Amino acid sequence: MSQLEVEDLEVYYETEEGPAQAVDGVSFEVEEGENIGIVGESGCGKTTLAKAIIGILPDAGYINNGSINFKGDDLTEMTNAQRRRLKWEEISMIAQSAMNSLDPVYTIREQIVEAIETHRPGTGRVESTEIVTQMFELVGLDPERADDYPHQFSGGMRQRAMIAMALALEPSLMLADEPTTALDVIMQDQILKRMSSIQEEINSSMLVITHDVSVVAETCDRVIVMYAGKIAEEGPVDEIFNQPYHPYTIGLKRAFPNIRKSSQDLLSISGYPPELIDPPQGCRFAERCPMATDRCREEEPEAHYENGLRSYCHYADEIDTELRPYADDPGTWDQAAAATDGGVEE
Amino acid sequence: MSGNEVLLEVDDLKKHFKVNQGWIASLVESFGRGEPDYVHAVDGVSFELREGETLGLAGESGCGKTTTGMSLVKLHDPTAGDIVYDDTRLSEASDAEIKQFRQNAQMIFQDPFESLNPRMTVYDTVAEPLRIHDIRNETARVQRALEFAELLPAEHYFDQYPHELSGGQRQRVAIARALVLDPDFIVADEPVSMLDVSLRAGVLSLLDRMTDEFGLSVVYISHDLSLLRHMCDRLAIMYMGKIVEKGPTDQIIENPQHPYTQALINAVPVPDPAVGRERVELQGEVGDVIDIPTGCRFKNRCSEYIGDVCDQVVPPLEAKTDFEQDVACHLYDSAEGYDPYQEMTGSPSAAETGDEPESTPADD
Repeated sequence: MSQLEVEDLEVYYETEEGPAQAVDGVSFEVEEGENIGIVGESGCGKTTLAKAIIGILPDAGYINNGSINFKGDDLTEMTNAQRRRLKWEEISMIAQSAMNSLDPVYTIREQIVEAIETHRPGTGRVESTEIVTQMFELVGLDPERADDYPHQFSGGMRQRAMIAMALALEPSLMLADEPTTALDVIMQDQILKRMSSIQEEINSSMLVITHDVSVVAETCDRVIVMYAGKIAEEGPVDEIFNQPYHPYTIGLKRAFPNIRKSSQDLLSISGYPPELIDPPQGCRFAERCPMATDRCREEEPEAHYENGLRSYCHYADEIDTELRPYADDPGTWDQAAAATDGGVEE
Repeated sequence: MSGNEVLLEVDDLKKHFKVNQGWIASLVESFGRGEPDYVHAVDGVSFELREGETLGLAGESGCGKTTTGMSLVKLHDPTAGDIVYDDTRLSEASDAEIKQFRQNAQMIFQDPFESLNPRMTVYDTVAEPLRIHDIRNETARVQRALEFAELLPAEHYFDQYPHELSGGQRQRVAIARALVLDPDFIVADEPVSMLDVSLRAGVLSLLDRMTDEFGLSVVYISHDLSLLRHMCDRLAIMYMGKIVEKGPTDQIIENPQHPYTQALINAVPVPDPAVGRERVELQGEVGDVIDIPTGCRFKNRCSEYIGDVCDQVVPPLEAKTDFEQDVACHLYDSAEGYDPYQEMTGSPSAAETGDEPESTPADD
């Protein structure tokens, strides 16, 4: 059974010029024990989506439509008090900057114990201290350091302390927003490895939000590619990497250098995502897509289902048969950039 | 690639920073009790930068790569060691020679949101170096630099302020500013790490073009080895202020020899789910750069630790018999016949009599 079901979710931000449609009609499911990666460039709505799920949208943000079903209950209809009860215990979040997520005036142990005691009243000091020790060992920190303050920890240690805290109540869903972006590769590798082993142990599911395609390739079962508030493509990680149908996925994948390849032409997607206050009709990626036609600019693409992938492109069929090599060639994208160069200025 | 002449020679460069201490401690120190502490950010780094070459400096945060880069363009004065540019030792250079050097050495910083003055227009930002160095033909040069950086049409950007530009555009302005003096070499410190994924490739290809068309030498500083592999001819891997391995990029990435380089490269995720990566966990964290350990700086985390020689003798970065790159590790035989065991306290056989229960013979 799916643990999380997001249906037709619309999250808007109130602005002076009208609502910005940060997340616009997003639907997906997360199965128990499944790892899902959400990738896309800044502003595509991936962090907003996570914030909406855990219920920490900023004041200007609101859910305009749609539902977020978690274990059968619609999160969007819950009161704040009800949601707070779920936080940490059922759904926990590992934020990008552990620096700002830990309270500087309390020791790490006090913060974790507080989370435990709030959610499990009646847990004794001894027991919660025991949990802290276990969690510290799990994330590879010396339990004796639990009585340190956040500033006494290095960046990597703080991030691990955050993960220890996120895991302390064995939540069934973890949201990790760029969990390792601020870290060095070696630390990143260790943390990702630990996260997946812990996750297996407590059988929780995870949503990993990142711009780093390689992190997703290594840690996730399925991938959601978001663009300008919408899902561009979604499906199993192998298919997304080997045979994507959406030109944006193809472009994004080819924009990353691979350490295993000696010479590689990187692909550059020129231009910028559209304004979300008044998004263009038709496909949102049309303006930057080298293969866009008038149809793309006018008509919003329907989902195309094939090979386990759900792809929102009018030409998914043709990409499968003949257009893929064309879309996979950085030259194609450069030409498209050159062609629009004259008209791009505002 | 173009000419093989050495453009810049870095000779045993050291940069130590005094640790900030309270006034009582400095008072005690002024009475001659106790030594001040120093952070050994860069601690004896030597390499050459050839004409038209791209060199990558890689390592984790705090390894000294940025300090090295800043010393290269004389944003830091070295504590010891020297940089030789155009047959001139910079420590002995005259003011005119230093000015000449500054004109030829430019830097691109990581964060284009902070490296551009928010009160200066794009035109003034790019023209400022020309004014400082008293170079004429300002407008034409600024225009040419902006056009090269693909900010088109250039006039359109002249009167814009940084806040009106996107991150990618700002970094292009920073590149134009670095190029406007027609320098010999550029130090680029994490030039794309603050940019969005889809824009990175564009800036990278611009940097690529810059090296090709201007015959520039570039030192790229980054923690991202995938990126460095894509951009650089040669690599130098740093750990705690020292270079541990140096050589042709493909050699180092495909056949790393230093245990640290191996761990570092091994930790890089691969954007391909079909590639199963063997994951080796490196113990511990980067050591203390104030109180430097004796011998090899990596010894406490090293999986190949071979005993007293690692504890006592600092491994020099040198050519080894079996491969192309230079490595600073006692595991491999020196091509020059250097024997670290001779420098150990006690007899040459001290390695066997050490109290390390697990020490294995060096030739293993």
